[in-house]
Amino acid sequence: MTTIRALPPGSAVLRLDGLQQLIAALAVRGYEIVGPVERDGAILYDRIASTADLPAGRTDRQEPGSYRLEPRADGALFAYAVGPHSWKRYLHRPNETLFKSRRVGEELVFDPPAGPPPRTAFLGVRPCELVAIFVQDRVLMEGHYVNTGYKARREATFLVVVNCGSPAATCFCTSMHTGPRATGGFDIALTELLADGRQEFLAEPGTDGGAALLAYLPTRPATEADWQAALAVTAQAVASIGRRMPPGNEIKAALQSNPEHARWDDVARRCLACANCTLVCPTCFCTTVEDRSDLDGQGAARVRRWDSCFTRDFSYVHGGAVRTQTRSRFRQWMTHKLAHWWDQFGTSGCVGCGRCIAWCPAGIDITVEAAAFTEGQNHGIT
Amino acid sequence: MSRPRLAVVKFASCDGCQLSLLDCEDELIAVAGAVEIANFPEASRAVQPGPYDVTLVEGSITTPHDVARIREIRADSGLLVAIGACATAGGIQALRNFADAGEYVSAVYAHPEYIRTLATSTPISDHVKVDYELRGCPVSKRQLLELVSALLAERRPELPVHSVCVECKLAGKVCVMVAHGTPCLGPVTQCGCAALCPGFARGCYGCFGPAETTNTTALAARWQALGTTPRDVQRAFRTFNAGAEPFRRESESHG
Repeated sequence: MTTIRALPPGSAVLRLDGLQQLIAALAVRGYEIVGPVERDGAILYDRIASTADLPAGRTDRQEPGSYRLEPRADGALFAYAVGPHSWKRYLHRPNETLFKSRRVGEELVFDPPAGPPPRTAFLGVRPCELVAIFVQDRVLMEGHYVNTGYKARREATFLVVVNCGSPAATCFCTSMHTGPRATGGFDIALTELLADGRQEFLAEPGTDGGAALLAYLPTRPATEADWQAALAVTAQAVASIGRRMPPGNEIKAALQSNPEHARWDDVARRCLACANCTLVCPTCFCTTVEDRSDLDGQGAARVRRWDSCFTRDFSYVHGGAVRTQTRSRFRQWMTHKLAHWWDQFGTSGCVGCGRCIAWCPAGIDITVEAAAFTEGQNHGIT
Repeated sequence: MSRPRLAVVKFASCDGCQLSLLDCEDELIAVAGAVEIANFPEASRAVQPGPYDVTLVEGSITTPHDVARIREIRADSGLLVAIGACATAGGIQALRNFADAGEYVSAVYAHPEYIRTLATSTPISDHVKVDYELRGCPVSKRQLLELVSALLAERRPELPVHSVCVECKLAGKVCVMVAHGTPCLGPVTQCGCAALCPGFARGCYGCFGPAETTNTTALAARWQALGTTPRDVQRAFRTFNAGAEPFRRESESHG
């Protein structure tokens, strides 16, 4: 996604007040706006009302099992990578009521599903996260079985991407071909231009809706110099990415041919089976279903909630759980993510955002684990 | 199950879990309507004789008398539910399992000869068959209501046994261990508390005991990398669920 192109037609440059007006214009059009905010020592995604809600002058330092916010000398609004939240929180929600029922006399009445979801604008979607949304689209609404709640929310979503200028040490989007610059699929893509003390945003329209919104804002047409400045942000980001995932076909073959590799035992000794990696992953989509009922026996509800292949009961079938050991759960996760996903969905399940590396309390690094399989093809097979 | 007869009994415990039931407040009227509270001395002096359809048992087994009494209660109960860390793991009083209980008796009581106690504090399930366990110190009011609702509807109660981390992430909280460097027992502790402490920037204290799969050794190594001393690692694993096997084992390799 980092192919250098010509200045995209319709591109414009916004100043900070222009960004504020973008937020205001989305609000006027009936969108709830969700963007990055600083809370509890991390940058999360939550409702925002203005640019004042954005984490100005903050950056993040991430390592396996560690995430810290740090100040920056400038007032950059988007000079960080990704935090513990991902947009799946808003599209593929942690808890979703599928239906409610009530007893009315001798009848069982099913309450109609909730009305249409609110129109929501995501501000600050990273290129890797945009691809993660496409991956979930594929799984949840483009296959044979459609998750209707997801589809309704997805179709009510306006996507404002902010290209990456400050990747974290845990990022590896370049080897997943998902960033650090988005080339399509967004409504508007911004690049924050900070060089030489400026703070402007190069805005590229990606849809008619995006172009119409940009036309409404106070902007000036982007010049070739602005475009080159935006490409320089990307080039610097590319240069700063140190982690790398082995190529998709190599890792797929290595994982699928090594189900009994000694590395699975090795990683199981370090893995806590806590499920954090899957819950922070922007593409992991697994859920379970819970039934609830009132004490008086009159009302009931069925709720779908996030689950994880790292829990024992995830693999429960009649008689017991299939994956009783951490070894088999980790193998399931990593092999599905990096190998079987190709067979199932024609793409990798990994977008290189690095969340599973940073938010693993044990600091397990999926790129290191993957390399152990591709680099040691003839070693460690038990 | 139509209006089952309920008993609530206690063994060695602080009564906090029984208070969680009384603390249901808004739902208490509904609970009282749905079940016949036949024996709950903490709530009412009107104690009805058994048998009971459901008995909630708080506390751990610490005396020879307890051993005999829990068998009688089991025989008098349809379903027996152990509630709280004392009933499910032996409680904080299971610290005696690591020491000489006889010495404590001599040190504490003026007339140790009157005291008949066991060398250990053990969970109810070590003595009789337990149908359900509600973990926690104290139990979660939400889980208690879920269990009662499920029994009434004759459906399986939703009592997940995975880590606290799952609840923490579902709620969108920030990991205190990763983002703050705060040692947290969440990755090895069973959920149920809705990740209460991490929501207040504190590490998990392990009130709900070990999760279904635990790697306490890897977590302890991580705590030590964050600067926790072996003695403090031992202390962390020796609280309300000190007697639970994975925590007991880990505590014994530190200190």
